[in-house]
Amino acid sequence: MHGTKILEEADRLMTVCNSCRYCEGLCAVFPAMEMRRAFSDGDLNYFANLCHGCGACYTDCQFSPPHEFNVNVPQTLAIARADSYAAYAWPRAFSGLFARNGLSISIIAALSVAAFIFGFAAFHDRQVLFGIHTGPGAFYKLMPHNAMAALFGAAFLYAIVALVMGVRAFWRDIGEPVGMLVDPPSIWQAIKDAGQLRYLDGGGVGCVNEDERPSDLRKIHHHLTFYGFGLCFASTSVATAYHYFWAREAPYPWWDLPVVLGTLGGIGLLIGPAGLLAEKWKRDPVLVDQARMGMDVAFIVMLFMTSLTGMALLFLRDTAAMGALLALHLGVVFSLFITMPYGKFVHGIYRFVALVRYAKERRMMAGHPV
Amino acid sequence: MVDLKRRFDVLVIGGGNAALCAAISARRAGASVLVLEGAPKFYRGGNTRHTRNMRCAHDAATDILTGPYTEQEFWEDLQRVTGGETDEELARHMIAESKDILGWIVEQGVRWQPSLGGTLSLGRTNSFFLGGGRAMLNALYLTAEKLGIDILYDAEVLDLDIQDGMFLSATLKRGDADVSVRASTLVAAAGGFEANIEWLKQYWGDAADNFLIRGTPYNRGSILKMLLDKGVQDVGDPTQCHAVAIDARAPKFDGGIITRHDSVVFGIVVNKHSARFYDEGEDIWPKRYAIWGRLVAAQPDQIAYIIFDASVRNSFMPTLFPPIEAPTIGELAEKFELDPATLEKTIAGFNAAVRPGTFDHTILDDCRTEGLTPPKTHWARKIETPPYYAYPVRPGITFTYLGTRVNKQSRMLMKDGKPSANMFAAGEIMAGNVLGKGYAAGIGMTIGSVFGRIAGREAAQNARN
Repeated sequence: MHGTKILEEADRLMTVCNSCRYCEGLCAVFPAMEMRRAFSDGDLNYFANLCHGCGACYTDCQFSPPHEFNVNVPQTLAIARADSYAAYAWPRAFSGLFARNGLSISIIAALSVAAFIFGFAAFHDRQVLFGIHTGPGAFYKLMPHNAMAALFGAAFLYAIVALVMGVRAFWRDIGEPVGMLVDPPSIWQAIKDAGQLRYLDGGGVGCVNEDERPSDLRKIHHHLTFYGFGLCFASTSVATAYHYFWAREAPYPWWDLPVVLGTLGGIGLLIGPAGLLAEKWKRDPVLVDQARMGMDVAFIVMLFMTSLTGMALLFLRDTAAMGALLALHLGVVFSLFITMPYGKFVHGIYRFVALVRYAKERRMMAGHPV
Repeated sequence: MVDLKRRFDVLVIGGGNAALCAAISARRAGASVLVLEGAPKFYRGGNTRHTRNMRCAHDAATDILTGPYTEQEFWEDLQRVTGGETDEELARHMIAESKDILGWIVEQGVRWQPSLGGTLSLGRTNSFFLGGGRAMLNALYLTAEKLGIDILYDAEVLDLDIQDGMFLSATLKRGDADVSVRASTLVAAAGGFEANIEWLKQYWGDAADNFLIRGTPYNRGSILKMLLDKGVQDVGDPTQCHAVAIDARAPKFDGGIITRHDSVVFGIVVNKHSARFYDEGEDIWPKRYAIWGRLVAAQPDQIAYIIFDASVRNSFMPTLFPPIEAPTIGELAEKFELDPATLEKTIAGFNAAVRPGTFDHTILDDCRTEGLTPPKTHWARKIETPPYYAYPVRPGITFTYLGTRVNKQSRMLMKDGKPSANMFAAGEIMAGNVLGKGYAAGIGMTIGSVFGRIAGREAAQNARN
């Protein structure tokens, strides 16, 4: 007996799949399944987070609906996966944020943006807020750098603590001793697998999305999104280093590293999420957890807005709109940070951890000591 | 929309591996092609949906095959499983052509992978489809669509107009109306008649009511029947088929691969009178699994039970339906309404006959019985560790061997022995040319791909002349 109905269904499917095994070449889920003959709640949650939702196993399955065996692995694991996010949320009191995630994230984002706008308005008169500021330190006329760093540092730290606590809960659920996370070859393998999205490709031909024709569009747009996000993060990190180690204050000229990284990343973070959203729009509903569409959409829109507001700030920073745009951008980024542990962002964390475990299991099966 | 008023070069009836290979090969040879699949789109492809590998000869190991499998060895395997009941010329031709199929099928979009977990013993001889048979089909259909082949689903053919061994047109059911489809040549690749219980009953009597059909309910043999009725020469014994023992709890149709049992060699098999009836340890399982369908079909009420104990519970692949469990043999018997005393006696007799040996399921080991009829010649170990388990099994029919006789061009032969002017056959509808009886894993797909490719090529050429 399992904790939830969806895990009961996942168990039924894995029993079907384990007596078939045709899909073992498609991704990591089925080889992981083959290492077992019976499935605990933790095993099923591990499979759910290992699944990248490429959909190939649905299209390739001779028992998918309308067959009476009704085998739909991508959808079942998607539901179990979203359930697991709520179950691992820290503190537990906030797990409800996953229930109507699209709405929750929207409200938090709106409140965050509003807080920055009101904050700016409250601390400054109209002249400062709508004035034209240029040159180094222009942004900090609206919000002192130390205040900005303290606020965002705290938000970021909070997100990290909450995410670490979530990973701890996941790791316990799947039954691994904590120390096992530290296995460098397995971590390196997982970095490679995640970095290439090795399992988001239907075993080599691409994802299936709206019909049985595979395509690489989701993978490409995910890469643009992920690496775009990475470049934006690198931009912020370089800027922070400039500020504290070289006493160089933002905004920086267009050719400087933080702006180049941020612009490239920003472009990726515009095209990527837009493409992912378009693919999601077309996606066959039978493959997805329809009740949780809001969570996916909210995260994609937040990433898109982060980039859009950042790019707008870059292009209009020498105008009177700078103050309002800065408030908007900071509001969006702040809400992105604080909602990270309570939205779709966690998929990357849990999936990475699942990949580490999978790499470790593969190494054990191959006879390597770990 | 498909223009049904035009005259096609090649009409392919069927939608599985053989049909698609024929359609693709004809199209690549320049012909216009229409494929009529009788099933709805989801169930397209007949038995190919449920397949997982193909047996092809190869002279050296490949990325996915662990060693060479020569034409000669393939031929010897075929001779052994069929007991020599095969057309040697056709069979050797097929085996020779199979070498080329390994690469050709990849060019049509199909992907290979090494043998699946739990099937290591096929790793040298059989190439597995990445994602299974439906993935293979999806790839072939995609290629067919890209090449501009017209495909219709739910396309039931009601009649064939054949005169003096020459195909003229097919009558196609479209909604309430019947449409006549004309083509210069016909490739019949519409499978056997295994899902047609009434037809099976002609040869098997009421026993056929207890058969389970491993594939879709659409394999009714209607095209085969039309061809045989209209002068095409038949081949094969109508009672012969590829049949395996599958779980008695499986659905009547389309249970596919997951209802099979690999556990026979680990225990004993008894009928409803609790009596053993065949040597469970005759040979390595993949070489022998295909005889068990017929063996069970010959038992009273077409039911049998695989019985084993806790010591081998995890020695074979996990099954869809869990084994029935009981703490004693007597209680196990009661769960199946077998006579407890008789089953206890059968198992006691078996245990007493088991000689000591070293168990190894990967080779023909020395664990055997002595003084028992029938004997268990390998892997015989006492059934004495509770709890005890049993799987009820019934005959699971994969496909029938009665078919249309063909020559090396895959061209149908008429009853007078003359080749048809423009009719070809490929796949299970003509498997009886190669398989007089018996089965070797993956050979159905070899027949489909090899003869499909030949039939398409020949039909395209025939259409041009």
